Parts: sequence; C-alpha cells; structure tokens
Amino acid sequence: MKSSTKNQNWITKVLDPARLRQWLPGVLFILVGIFIKLVLNEAVEADALTTFTTNINKTSIQIPNFVFNTRFGLDLISGLCAGIGIYQILRGFKNKLTMIIAVMGILVVFGFLVWGASGTSLSFTGMLAVMVIRSVPITIGALAGILCERAGIINIAIEGMMIAGAFAGAVVGSIFNLWAGILAAIMIGALLALVHAVLSIKYKVDQIISGTMINIFSTGLTSYLYIKFLQDTENQWLNESGFFRPMPIPGLAKIPVIGPIFFDHNLYIYAMYILVAILTIALFKTKWGLRHRSVGEYPKAADTLGVNVFRTRYLACLLSGMVAGFAGSYFSLGSVGRFEQTMTAGRGFIALAAMIFGKWNPLGALQAGMLFGFAESLTTKLSLLNFPIPAEVLLMLPYIITIIVLAGVVGRSRGPAAAGSAYEKESL
Amino acid sequence: MTNKKTSDGKRNFLSIFYEELSRSSLTIIVLSVISGFVMGGILVILTAPEVYKAFGTSFVSGLSTSWNIVAKTYSSLFLGAIGNPARIAEALGSGDRALILKAFTPFLESLVVTTPYLFTGVAVAMGFRAGLFNIGAEGQVLVGAIAAGWAGWSFTGLSPWIHVPLAMLIGALAGGLWGFVPGFLKVKTGAHEVITTIMMNYVAYYLIYYLIAAPLRDPNEVTPKTPWVLESAHLFRFFPDPIRFHFGFFIALMVAILAWYILFKTTWGYELRTVGLNPNASRYAGMNITVVTIAAMALSGAIAGMAGASEILGVTWRQSQALATGYGFDSIALALLAQNHPLGVILTALLFGFLRSGSRVMQLSAGTPVYIINILQAFIILFIAAPAIIRTIFRLKQPAAKEAPLPISLSEKKS
Repeated sequence: MKSSTKNQNWITKVLDPARLRQWLPGVLFILVGIFIKLVLNEAVEADALTTFTTNINKTSIQIPNFVFNTRFGLDLISGLCAGIGIYQILRGFKNKLTMIIAVMGILVVFGFLVWGASGTSLSFTGMLAVMVIRSVPITIGALAGILCERAGIINIAIEGMMIAGAFAGAVVGSIFNLWAGILAAIMIGALLALVHAVLSIKYKVDQIISGTMINIFSTGLTSYLYIKFLQDTENQWLNESGFFRPMPIPGLAKIPVIGPIFFDHNLYIYAMYILVAILTIALFKTKWGLRHRSVGEYPKAADTLGVNVFRTRYLACLLSGMVAGFAGSYFSLGSVGRFEQTMTAGRGFIALAAMIFGKWNPLGALQAGMLFGFAESLTTKLSLLNFPIPAEVLLMLPYIITIIVLAGVVGRSRGPAAAGSAYEKESL
Repeated sequence: MTNKKTSDGKRNFLSIFYEELSRSSLTIIVLSVISGFVMGGILVILTAPEVYKAFGTSFVSGLSTSWNIVAKTYSSLFLGAIGNPARIAEALGSGDRALILKAFTPFLESLVVTTPYLFTGVAVAMGFRAGLFNIGAEGQVLVGAIAAGWAGWSFTGLSPWIHVPLAMLIGALAGGLWGFVPGFLKVKTGAHEVITTIMMNYVAYYLIYYLIAAPLRDPNEVTPKTPWVLESAHLFRFFPDPIRFHFGFFIALMVAILAWYILFKTTWGYELRTVGLNPNASRYAGMNITVVTIAAMALSGAIAGMAGASEILGVTWRQSQALATGYGFDSIALALLAQNHPLGVILTALLFGFLRSGSRVMQLSAGTPVYIINILQAFIILFIAAPAIIRTIFRLKQPAAKEAPLPISLSEKKS
C-alpha cells in the first residue's frame, strides 16, 4: 500500500498537468521540426519541384498553379515548427495553445503534402473542397449534440439517428422526391429523439444506456430492412433516390480557390453554414437560448425562476433529433444517392468528439468538423500520391485525433454542468 | 386486488407468492426477454408483405399468416440453435455415435458461439460494476485475436501445455492494453470512456486490417490472411472435425466464476464495486480511485481479449480481413440483462449464443434477416433499463424500496 502511494506521487509529479502542458508540446514541436528537416528534406532531390493545382473547375476565375522548390518549402516549415516549439518551452502560449497546436497540425500536414507531391502535382483546392464536404455530417451531428447537451441531456444516439435518417431519406426520396426524403429523415430523427427524451426525462433511464439502446436499435432495424427489402433487384427502385446537385452561389463561387472550396457545393453545405449561424445566435443572443442553457447548467435554479425544465428538455431532444436526422440524410441524399448498410461508419461518434472539441459551441463545432473533414480528405488524397504510409494507417487518423482531442491535450473543455443527470422536481 | 384488503395473517400462499414474484428483479428480467421476443415478432409481422396480402383477402387469414410467419421465424431460430428434438431422440435411440454427434451439432455449435460471449459479457459487466461503460470490447476482441494468433504461429517447438496458455496470455495482454488506454485517459484527463473506447475500436480495426494486409500476411495466400496457428497452440477440440466445440468454453466458464469470486469475495472487488456505485464515498473511504479505475478497465479489456484469443486458437485458427465480430457490441445488452453479475452472464451468454447461432439458420430457412437479433437486444436493454415500462405493461407491484433504473449510473459523476 505504501509503495503504491509513493509511486503515485512520483507519477503525479512528472505528469503534473500544468507542467506537462508547458514543456511537452514544446519538445514535441521541436522534434517535429527536426524530423521534417532530417527525414523528409533528405529524401527529395535538391531541385525537385512541388506543384499545387489551384483550379478544379471552370466556375471560378482561373489562376496559375502554385509551383515551388520542395526543399525550400520543407526548410521553411521545419524552421517554423522549431521556432514555435522554442517559444512554447521558454514563454508558453498559455491559453492560445489550442490554436497553436492546430497551426502545428496544419504545418505538419502541409509538410507531408509538400513532400508527397514532390515531382508531381496535387490538387490543393480539390482537397480542401473535399474537406468541406466531408465535414458536413460531422458538424451538423455536432450541432445536434450541442442542442441536446446544452439542455442537460447527453445524446450519444446521434449515430443511430443519422443512420435512420440516411435510410428514411433514401427510401422516401426514391418513392417521392429528394425534399420528401429530407423531411422523412428529419421526422425519423425526431421520433427516435422522442424515445430518448421519454426514457431519459420521464423514466430517468441513464442517458448513455438509453442512447446506446437507440444506436443498437436503429443500426439493427436499418440493416434488417435493407436485407429484407432493398437487396432484391426488383426492389432497387426503392433505393435510387439520387442526390442534390451542386449549386454554385453566384458571385462568391467565382473567387479563385475560395470559391470552389466553400461556395460550389450542394444544399447540405449551405445548410451547415446556416444552421451554425442560427444556432449561435439562438443559443447566445436570445432569451430562449439563455433559458435553454440554464436548464443544462443548473436546472433547479432555472425551475425556481419559472423555466419549465421538462418542456425545455423535451424540446431540446426533439430539435436535436431533427438536426441529427437531417445530418443523416446527407449520407444518402447528399452524397451517394442510395442507402448502404452502416454507411455512417461512426461519424455520429466523431460528431460528439467534434462537439467536445468545439467546447459545446456551434462555431467551435464547425472548426472541429472541418478538422475531421480534413483528416478524411487527406486519407483519400494521400493514397493517390506515392506515399510510403499505408492507407489503413492514415484511416486511423481521425479516430486517433479524436482520442487526443478528448484527452484534453488541447486544453480541457467543460460541458454543461447538469448534462447526464435526470431532473427530479422536488415534491413537498 | 383482494390481497391488499386481507390482513397479514390471512394471506394465502398464492397471493404472497404473486407479490414476491412481482417485486423480484428476476421477474423483470424474464418478462423483458419475453417482451423483447414479442416486439421482435411484431416487427417480423409488420415487415412481411404476405401478411398484408392475406389481410387483403380476409381478417382471419391475415391473422393466421401472421402467426405462421412468427412461428416459422422462431421455430427455425430454435431448430438452428438447439437442433431437431425428433432427430436427437431418434439418434439417441439408435445409439450410433456418429448419428448422435450429428444430431447434437447445432447445440454444440451454439456453445462455440457462446464462448466469446461469456468472455465479453464478463468483461463488460466488470466494467459496469466499476462504473465504466466499456463499448470497446469489440476492439479488444480483435487485438486479442491477432496477438494470440501471432503467438500461435510465430513461436515454434513449444509443448501445447506451454504454447496454449502463453498465446492466451498474450491475447489477454493485448486486450488489456486496449482497455488500459481509455481507463488511463479517463482518470488522468477526464476523457469519457464511451467515446474513447469507440475510437479505440476503429483504431483496432484499421490497425489489424493493416497488419493482415502487410506485416502478418501469409505470403502464400492470394487474399490477405494470416498464417495458420500452429497445432501446438490449438485449443483442444472434444469431437471429430465438423464439430468445433473446444476447451475455450470451459476456460470462459472458469473466467466467469473467477470474476464472480474477485468481485464479491475479495477486498479489491469490493473496492471496485464501491468505486462504481459512488466514487465520492470511496474517495472519502481512502480508496485509490485512479488505480481501481485503470485496473478495472485493463482487466475488462484483458477478458475481452481472451475472447478473441479463444476464437483464433479454438475456432478459426487464422484471421482474414473480415473483422467485425459483433460480440463486443452485443455484450452490452448481455451484461445489462445479467444485471452485471458474472454468474448471471453465464445464463445470458448462453441465451445470446444460442440466438446468434440459430439466427443464421433462421435467415436461410425463414428469410428473416439475422439483424432481428439486434432489435431484440435493443428492446431487452430498453425493458431492463426502464423496469417501470414492464411494471406498467404487466401490472406488477412496485418494489418495496424505490429502485434505481440500474444499479449504477454511467453518466459523468461530478464531485
């Protein structure tokens, strides 16, 4: 017993969070700089050129490609990394560390891209456009999580609501039209959310168990219906919804590089921008939002002041389900135009990580969504380059990033205080 | 209704029995399973086109078609899981060993499927007892399998008495490592284990996909597969070839009993359960929550890793890239149904093993997709987690003490 406590002390001293956060990132940054200089820089010819293609379509104004010497680019990046690392060890970036780590991540990835595309060309704009597209379900899913958790209900069932939304969207979209598909996805999300709400608010079931149950149920049900009906060739018309085509925004889509990346997509991408804006204003600038958040932080106080805790929580759950269902319909109606089994592939959970990473803030969720989207687009693009790292290892990237993010390496984020606990009105 | 009016002395045996039964949690468990099956049956009826056709002609034929479809689904599930009783009786009557074995094949095959469920069920239950929701059993099974397999084909010239335990141990260690990481992160950084374990599942999935694709690939194979596990590392099989029933089943039983002993008969198990029930109280009592949490998660992972080890050493003998086993996810419902009791897990693992084993036959002969099992599980979790629903449906009495929906609460505990 004694030795174990001693051991404990030693560990806590070395791993003391405050000290650890000061020097560990700094050392890491410098190591990264050295790695880029010694390993990557040595592996390319002195006169090799890297080309980043900037135009991906004819919608935007055409500009020349970005061509530079590979070694020069890598030297620049490794110098920047080492400089940031030294500053971190000596002075520390304090609360800006999150941003700096993000910058470091971008630098490292950029370094690998510069190196990987050495001697060939890489469609830089295309990659960022894919990033925006891939971020859609993650960001919108995270918004669903924010809506729920800000009112004190943990919604781990986003994955289940999304897969149900994808299924309903594909089938209803095939029978009627794409808009009906979206509507059906929203409705099915709301229905599942209602179950979650009744279980966790009325029956006070542990919210994580309730959410897990919904995940198992809707993954099971969609797979069941898929095998039972959609696999037959004669039923193929039920799973041919098609998808929303890109609608470039006039004017904005013409801007070189920026246009194709942000403003030349289909409805879902614009819906993401709009939802982030609406939710930011609604949560932080309106009376409704204040009440909503107060229920998540301190329901008893909110109740005392006359806010109906139960109604607020039910509404939050329903809205969250609708948003999650809509996010799910992206998979079928927004990208491939049909439903496939387990097509959400854990994006609902990554959305939760994005929510935490974004500190339960819609704008933060958008940034986190973009980060995960970038990780995904990286894996698709890098397999095309002559890259020595196998694709499977790269595919782990989003999940490892999620773990690192959750571990609070980038600064601890605190959720709404009352999230996870059922509210019980005191009886006299 | 009359029980209430009669005074204590005059209640007859039946009413007392009814009251006790009504309040017991075992009743809830049994009724949850039954209700789950009923809901599954309703789903089968609702999704059968022939039922709607039959209701079109007449109401009675609609009802009979519904009944037939449900009966066919569940009877083929039963036949697939246990075997044909008539054939078993006939084989026993004939006394021919080969015939008897053939008749019992479905039953023994169900025990083969039960084996990993026993491990993962105990693993998840162990986590729940410590207040940890280990959704990562799936990934722990995978890394356990690949590690045990690696030990199984790369160590040559060992006696089976050393090789088998060694390979099992290495599998358990790998699973334990996969459980240790989320446990460590939870204690040290507050990262919720639900999400980290899910992420670890994906990491495990891609890691093993990669390992089988390149470093551990059998060079003589066209498709990516690992080499065969050496004969000296095979878990003992009791019967000749088509029957795969192996010694792992008994190891799993022993693990379940050992887990029960640790949880309920040792000081450490007591600490683990206390931390799960109330971390604040256990902190005041001087228990080391950090160590208990990390150890519980690592142990849970190690047990799940043994599931993978016993699969590769006892059943498949090699690993291909078809990875998702589903055992890890199913064991959530399994552990909840067992009320997180290791000995209860033995019963529920048998139930789930037989269901899963029978569902393959069901999909082939009755055309009901195997995923009906997942839907059953979801309903079972629902009814177990919210016993009030079952009490309302079956008009059961309220338990004497105000019951918590579950013995534990998983959501973040604030101090």
